[in-house]
Amino acid sequence: MSIDSVSRRSVLKSITLGAAAGSVLSVIPLQAAEHIHNMIESEKADAPVGLYTPKFFNAHDYQTLQSLCETILPADADSGGAIEAGAPEFIDLLTRENPDYQSRLGGGIQWLDAECTRRYGKPYLDAAPDQQKQILDLIAYRKNAGADPSLAPAVDFFAFLRNLVSDGYFTSKIGIKYLGYKGNTFRLDFPGCPPVPGV
Amino acid sequence: MLQINPIRKVYDVCIIGSGAGGGTAAKVLTEGGLNVAMLEAGPRLNPDKDFKEHVWPYQLAHRGAGVAAKGRLEFNNEFLAPNGFWEIEGEPYTTAPGTKFRWFRSRIEGGRTNHYGRISLRFGPADFRARSRDGMGDDWPIAYEELAPYYDKVESFIGVYGTKENFPNAPDGIFQPPPHPRCTETLIKKACDRLNIACIPSRMAILTQPLNGRDACHYCAQCGRGCKSASNFSSSQVMIPPATATGRFTMIANAMARELVVDKTGKVESVSYIDKSTGAEQRAYARAFVVAASACESARLLLNSRSSLFPNGLANSSGVVGRYLTDSVGSDLAGYFPQLENFPVHNHDGAGGMHMYMPWWLFGKKNDFLRGYHIEFGGGRNLPSVGQFDGVNAEHEGYGLSLKQQTRTSYGAVIGFSGRGEMIPNDKSFCDLDPTVVDRWGIPVLRFHWQWGENEIKMAQHMRETFRSIIETAGGRVMGGTRRHPLPAGAPQSAEASLSEPGAIIHELGTVRMGNNPKTSALNRNCQAHDVKNLFVADAAPFVTNPDKNPTLTITALAWRTSEYLIDQAKKGEV
Repeated sequence: MSIDSVSRRSVLKSITLGAAAGSVLSVIPLQAAEHIHNMIESEKADAPVGLYTPKFFNAHDYQTLQSLCETILPADADSGGAIEAGAPEFIDLLTRENPDYQSRLGGGIQWLDAECTRRYGKPYLDAAPDQQKQILDLIAYRKNAGADPSLAPAVDFFAFLRNLVSDGYFTSKIGIKYLGYKGNTFRLDFPGCPPVPGV
Repeated sequence: MLQINPIRKVYDVCIIGSGAGGGTAAKVLTEGGLNVAMLEAGPRLNPDKDFKEHVWPYQLAHRGAGVAAKGRLEFNNEFLAPNGFWEIEGEPYTTAPGTKFRWFRSRIEGGRTNHYGRISLRFGPADFRARSRDGMGDDWPIAYEELAPYYDKVESFIGVYGTKENFPNAPDGIFQPPPHPRCTETLIKKACDRLNIACIPSRMAILTQPLNGRDACHYCAQCGRGCKSASNFSSSQVMIPPATATGRFTMIANAMARELVVDKTGKVESVSYIDKSTGAEQRAYARAFVVAASACESARLLLNSRSSLFPNGLANSSGVVGRYLTDSVGSDLAGYFPQLENFPVHNHDGAGGMHMYMPWWLFGKKNDFLRGYHIEFGGGRNLPSVGQFDGVNAEHEGYGLSLKQQTRTSYGAVIGFSGRGEMIPNDKSFCDLDPTVVDRWGIPVLRFHWQWGENEIKMAQHMRETFRSIIETAGGRVMGGTRRHPLPAGAPQSAEASLSEPGAIIHELGTVRMGNNPKTSALNRNCQAHDVKNLFVADAAPFVTNPDKNPTLTITALAWRTSEYLIDQAKKGEV
């Protein structure tokens, strides 16, 4: 829909007025709406990706977390991966605030390093790619915990982490674009379901 | 000479609570010429500052999950309009041993109308005559025909969309045109047609045409976040402004009512409250009082207003205050629809909530339970949110590109169904004052008691069988988990998915019920206390039944009627 058609809507006046107390009245409403978004963005005031200082995890564990996030949802030809989507920062923030997350995620990473050291003589990050794959393939499926109940906490850890990585990825700008969500905007009308065979 | 008493301001009416009922009373009473003060336990609302409308999840550090992820799977996540809580620090409530109860409370101008689903269904003629029809519960002291003119007034004023259907016991109203169906709704309606289940445009307090200076919906599907253009109904944006415009309205925000104080003649003289901003005890004086604090808070206030004249609490000589507590019967199920996989990218948002629903289609038929339920449903290509991908993760497991691709393939292919049915009041479900626990201001808190009856259990089973047949007829497969949190088939079903936790549907009501007999009811047919002439109740506490129609529209219609009666009484000098 065109910006012109939207700008006819007095509905947006309230947005404009609320955004900056009249100072952007000459701005077209969509820009005003965008202005609100930007204000919220600036409130986040997080350091750029890469310079982020973890709030809960120590440097080593955070690197491990980043690596796991990117492995769970990697970059491909269509879009970036979990690190670009900010998933590790999101998970670190929640973990700092939630003791249950601290034991599940902190404990999970500890287990992973201990198990890699036992198997390969080095922590997860230093293990070879095929060793990393081997250990992840073990804890990424419930059926393995069925076969070996001692794996159950590690399988739970990975399932929990996977959910949080998906949260962080698919609520990010690149994740939402990847899914093809269209909306969260102003429309004059709602045309309903487009013509699609079978629906 | 010493001045012993400073001149005190005496309002014509003091309203306690600013939600659907209180807001309606404020509008009608002030426009009727009365001077009105309103107590609200929370702050004023500032939509421009408070609402997160159109904010993307990535614009919030917690992505909507809230601090410590406490809102990750909750209705009151970070995006919800402000100040609706499942738990409030310093304001506990308790449950009797073995009882579960969840109580969603609001502390903000407009109350829960800031948060609700905007579903606006008139009660039907049969709903007012429940006992006459099936021998259970009680009849209302008023008939549908007496409330119908007030439904007309409310719908004309707040704006409700819908269609004329002449459907049994689901009366048509004064409707704006409904929005077009989404793909998910088209798909499910076809299945319902085959099953002879009615699936019709929903009836929602969302404008599809401008009304009274409010703009029409702009189709962002975020009503629950609050609407800056006031295109949906909330008391704060639709009822309070016209009250304010009369110049006869005083809002006293951050005021937590402690008790109603009676004079020697047994009339309410004042309300004692805590000014939460200073902690000071204050009083507001008025000639009449309208209690509209939400059904359970209103019962609590009356029970806490004990005096030598009213040792059991105010308006409670019958002992019914707190009794007859009901909530809707809720049950959920989600389905996965492969034909929605890889669906063409399009804007699926629409107006907030469902565009279509299933009214109770077996009305008047012989069923193995009494009363009925309606079905709400939704899903599809909504704005992605935290917790939404737990289902695909549990089903796919693993990691890497195939997980990423499968998440995209299945995005939008889930549709969830929720039944909302009528609970029949029983003597095991009620609230009373906890004998030992008080809140941060020393006000005794409520204690909840609950037991679902056989009828509710049978009804919830019927809901799930119906959902299952709709899902399968529409070409889907039944999932596990809950509607809000669907998981693969075979995942453990929580008990709450089968039959909702008491209170969780947030339709609790009936605790200060109306009736013609002062021995079995607290209020008369005008929602005026039998025992106290200048005391009225204007939320869902007066309701005698809790039919499968969300209560808010009836709260507003009944409050409008009560307010007109109060004006009439004031003119006659009776109050």
